[in-house]
Amino acid sequence: MTPTTTTTAGGVQVVRPTVASHVHDYWGRVRGGDLGSLPAVLGLILLCLIFGIARPTFFSAVNFANLFSQSAAVIFIAMGLVLVLLLGEIDLSAGFASGVCGAVMAILLTDHGWDWFTAIPLALATGLVIGFGLGFLVAKLGIPSFVVTLAGFLAFQGILLVLLSGGKNVSIRDTFVLAVANNNMSAALSWGLAVVAVTAYGVVQFMRIRGRAARGLVTEPIGIVLGRIVGLAVLLFAAVAVLTQERSINPLIISVKGVPIVAPMIAVALVVWTFVLGRTTYGRHIYAVGGNTEAARRAGIPVDRIRISVFVIGSFMAAIGGIVAASRANSVDPNSGGSNVLLYAVGAAVIGGTSLFGGKGRIMDAVIGGAVIAVIDNGMGLMGFSAGQKFIFTGLILLAAASVDALSRRRAAATGNR
Amino acid sequence: MAATPLLELRGIDKSFGPVQVLHDVGLSVYPGEVTALVGDNGAGKSTLVKCVSGIYTIDAGTVTFDGDQVAIHSPRDASALGIEVVYQDLALCDNLDIVQNMFLGREKVRGLVLDEPTMEQMAGDTLASLSVRTVKSLRQLVASLSGGQRQTVAIAKAVLWNSRVVILDEPTAALGVAQTAQVLELVRRLADNGLGVVLISHNMNDVFAVSDRIAALYLGRTAAQVKTSDVTHSQIVELITSGRSGNLGLPPEKPSDFAARMPPGADR
Repeated sequence: MTPTTTTTAGGVQVVRPTVASHVHDYWGRVRGGDLGSLPAVLGLILLCLIFGIARPTFFSAVNFANLFSQSAAVIFIAMGLVLVLLLGEIDLSAGFASGVCGAVMAILLTDHGWDWFTAIPLALATGLVIGFGLGFLVAKLGIPSFVVTLAGFLAFQGILLVLLSGGKNVSIRDTFVLAVANNNMSAALSWGLAVVAVTAYGVVQFMRIRGRAARGLVTEPIGIVLGRIVGLAVLLFAAVAVLTQERSINPLIISVKGVPIVAPMIAVALVVWTFVLGRTTYGRHIYAVGGNTEAARRAGIPVDRIRISVFVIGSFMAAIGGIVAASRANSVDPNSGGSNVLLYAVGAAVIGGTSLFGGKGRIMDAVIGGAVIAVIDNGMGLMGFSAGQKFIFTGLILLAAASVDALSRRRAAATGNR
Repeated sequence: MAATPLLELRGIDKSFGPVQVLHDVGLSVYPGEVTALVGDNGAGKSTLVKCVSGIYTIDAGTVTFDGDQVAIHSPRDASALGIEVVYQDLALCDNLDIVQNMFLGREKVRGLVLDEPTMEQMAGDTLASLSVRTVKSLRQLVASLSGGQRQTVAIAKAVLWNSRVVILDEPTAALGVAQTAQVLELVRRLADNGLGVVLISHNMNDVFAVSDRIAALYLGRTAAQVKTSDVTHSQIVELITSGRSGNLGLPPEKPSDFAARMPPGADR
């Protein structure tokens, strides 16, 4: 398994990658300060072990399913924030933007008797409008995003109060909307989707390798690719196996089993945005603007339009988060999207490995970071810690993640990696 | 060498408000040759380059490209003609890899999706044509490259688009001895591949090492454009510092004449 050189594309000598060299390169990048999601994944495993040993119910199927519905809203909002953070900007208004969008939907459904298929699009459109407003102010007027979205944070909180006529609680009775965060898929559908997902992932991976090999380009070692596919299959099938067990306390009255509907929703959002960021010109330009705005401008990239668009996407994802949160709570109140929602969402993105300095991050970070936060919240709750203690611990974890980001940046600068 | 210039500037004037920065400047760039553009700070080198690359518009004068008179109003016009500029700060994104940087803003797509194999292949071909054999992988992040390698990527990015004139702004200013030699070798190779190369430099050793012709600017005027083999080191230094050297350069009365024209409101 010694790395040998090979010629690729036009005769440039490069090192032929093997499994060993691949692992070695990865370790080199980690040592060089490019940690990615590694600390978050290790932290997640560690936290799960601690909570699982301290409270065996942590590993029960009921609790596992709870983690999904508890974290879904935050993960959606965090996905939007990853895009905003990639430009080195911040959206502090995402929490209350999600609350406003959720309230728009709830009021249309309950007070005006609209159907879900008209109320949900209007709530999503509200998100788009909010994002365009924020992005326009940041990109065209040049106001720092911190200030614009801080103003939005306050203003949207006010809009929410006005919409709810000073603080009433609007409950949701629409069965479709309630199903989003509270219902599960049938066992057959759960297994079917898992098999489709793994197969599709495998096909895409092998197609890419074949396409590159056909042109004489360097390909990833087959062992690494197989490892990834098998890894995904094991994780997905294990999760589905746990979630398709009976979770009801009394199965004779009502049966609760299957994968929560929010799980495939998160998966679809993850695939869509990962595709956009990694495989389209638009995504490439987001990374370019985040990495070196001046270089992007000189390359003819419409920097202002990119900047506006990430705020639009950010608020759109916040709207989805708001709808999921409203569905889970069965209602909307003046505190929807308030308290810890925004901080958990920013925390999820940063803990997952997205840099606060722009240019570095993936959509997957939002999912991993969101899982870490949900596990802390859930596990500490099971162990009987108070809300105050949970906030303190989550704050410390966020601080640790931000320190890792800042320190790895310094290390990267020192090793010439950035 | 070739008799007709690929790019020829004649009588270029450029003012910023009352300050005239370029004054009847001429420059000829021949294919297959390196033309060094020298001059002291404020002599107008950068302004001239920005006029050619379309960032500034010229007030007067003609630009002839490949025998046809052309008007360059934007960087896009310049790229369309095949004129590329490698700026001193290189304009690379550290968080992207070599291929991604080379195609930045001009990505190849198949439908909606980026056509990575084609881009990687083209990038590889271009690097190979420049005899670059020092990268570990085309997918290496630019952040992990040395200064000389970054300069190489920036230059390769400029020649990727069948460009015909490449303008390099101080390519060796931030490099060590070995890397400077590498980059100069690359500059020479660009010219040997038939491109017209303009090298802006303060370093006389670099200029004499690779250039075929030297154009010296002095206070916004062309002091002289000469063949490198016809002049000495000290003559060029004199051209840069005083605008003339023996029978070369501006006539003696011209600089003071120029100074007299400087007050606000002066125009042509």
